[in-house]
Amino acid sequence: MAGVLIGLAAALAGCQREERQLRLDPPVADALDKIALMPNRIGGAPPEVYFKLGKPYEANAYNLSQGKRLYTWFGCKSCHGDGQGGSGPAFLDGWWYYGPELVSIFASIRDGRPHGMPMFGDKMTTDQIWQLAGYVQTIGSYEGQTAAPSRNDEKQARPAENRAPAKLLFDEGPSPVHLDQGPTP
Amino acid sequence: MIRAASKAGLSAMLVVPLTGCGGNWQSALDVYGSAAISLKHLIILIVAVCSVVWMLVMIALIAALWRNRDARSSSPEPGRERRMTMAVIGAVVATVLIISTFTVMSFIATRALTVASQDDLTVRVRGLQWWWGLEYVGPDPSHRFETANEIHIPVGRNVRLQLEGLDVIHSFWVPSLAGKQDLVPGRPNELTIRVERAGVYRGQCAEFCGMQHAHMALLVIAEPQEDFDKWATAQRQVATPPTDEEAAAGLRTFLTKPCAACHTVRGTAAAGTTGPDLTHVGSRRTIASGMFETTRGSLAAWIADPQTIKPGNNMPLVPLTPDELRAVSAYLASLK
Ligand code: HEC
Ligand code: HEC
Ligand SMILES: [Cu+2]
Repeated sequence: MAGVLIGLAAALAGCQREERQLRLDPPVADALDKIALMPNRIGGAPPEVYFKLGKPYEANAYNLSQGKRLYTWFGCKSCHGDGQGGSGPAFLDGWWYYGPELVSIFASIRDGRPHGMPMFGDKMTTDQIWQLAGYVQTIGSYEGQTAAPSRNDEKQARPAENRAPAKLLFDEGPSPVHLDQGPTP
Repeated sequence: MIRAASKAGLSAMLVVPLTGCGGNWQSALDVYGSAAISLKHLIILIVAVCSVVWMLVMIALIAALWRNRDARSSSPEPGRERRMTMAVIGAVVATVLIISTFTVMSFIATRALTVASQDDLTVRVRGLQWWWGLEYVGPDPSHRFETANEIHIPVGRNVRLQLEGLDVIHSFWVPSLAGKQDLVPGRPNELTIRVERAGVYRGQCAEFCGMQHAHMALLVIAEPQEDFDKWATAQRQVATPPTDEEAAAGLRTFLTKPCAACHTVRGTAAAGTTGPDLTHVGSRRTIASGMFETTRGSLAAWIADPQTIKPGNNMPLVPLTPDELRAVSAYLASLK
């Protein structure tokens, strides 16, 4: 009897589906936009509400998958390739000129960076920038995580995000080319 | 009492599926496209023949059950064996004949679906989650233009649709005009439609494609050649510049907010391709794939909160002030 009940409970747990946050209330979006950056715009802290929501842009597969679509839709590929880099830096190598934190990536996308990274703050909503930042972080993630974006439809030119840690591919990496770029990782 | 109740139940059960046959809004039995007409003839033929066959089989079965076994076994008739053999051979021949006739008929019907002559009008239909992108390609490159969710075609002409899915598999189905054809990523399909009567025909995505699959409708508007030409000429034009102050403010909002990164309005700097082309959005009957009739009010409602109206769709909620919202919807409604 107990076995049956446990089995039933386990089966029911399978019905629990990951929550999808489809609509971000404008006040919450506003709050999420208020990140605290260090004066050199490298590193900092996400707003309180980000933790209250349960780090939705790192731990939620739907958000990561949306980020993956935005990566193509907003033309990141033209400069960063599939993560291998091009005229913009690679994300796969685990080297971040402006630090590996999510807020730094968020700031890079929203405000741009001085040496050729355009700003996307006027082209995307706050929700989308967070989704994209979360996704970009998974490309060069240091360790595997439970949440991962959906698979590629095209041929995969690199290891799957968040699954095979990009650390395996880390090399010596470039040293910063410009003085105002961040510390080496 | 029980019998009356079960009778009522039975008639209710019969009526429910029959109501599906009424109305001509979207029905494979109310046909105006040459492909749908030949498919309907095929369906009727097959149903009629199969009904007759089913009846004959049932009669034979019941007759066999009815016959008195004992009488038969005690006095075997001479020649019975031969008659039975003949009956079986007859049934086999009839089956083969009927099935081959069906095969030939359906081959002819399906072949009629794909014939197309050289000078046909060609429309590229792209399926996206959850709307239809349309590109009219003429022999003359300057004649090509983009629109969405509403296909205009001239009556009595073959129109070639080149179908392709851009994200997942969708299926193009306008029941009154033609059969289904899938839109598969990376594998272009073709479908030729030809409509014999002017009118508005509704279609729907017929392959489950995600959350808003049910809200992925389209309209086919068949009109006389002159009307079609007038429509196509108007669609080819760039957007009319705003004439009043409110619409001008709307255009400014449109260009400075994320809208322009996803939508194209030809004649302005907006050139995004993630969402539908809005150059003549005000001239289309519906927005968001058949969710609403196009009015200034419905445009405003959609822009204010697309994620409540169509949860999960790929247009985000872009926070706007009430003034911006008013101006932007006035501008878009003016794009005839
Ligand atoms: C026009 C080319 C171009 C496009 C388009 C572009 N980037 Fe960049 N990006 C760059 C360049 C160049 C840099 C390096 C900037 C610097 O070092 O100051 C950069 C830097 C970055 C960084 C910081 C990397 C680090 O090491 O800290 C991130 C994150 C980033 N881009 C993300 C994106 C995303 C996401 C998109 C798509 C929305 C995008 N970029 C589109 C050129 C581009
Ligand atoms: C991230 C991309 C994106 C952004 C930003 C965006 N849209 Fe959209 N828009 C879409 C998509 C995708 C659809 C189709 C939605 C559907 O039907 O499923 C759409 C549909 C529409 C439609 C209905 C068009 C039709 O014919 O069905 C209108 C009007 C519209 N958007 C206006 C706007 C305005 C105004 C803004 C700026 C406030 C905006 N959009 C911002 C992607 C976007
Ligand atoms: Cu669908």
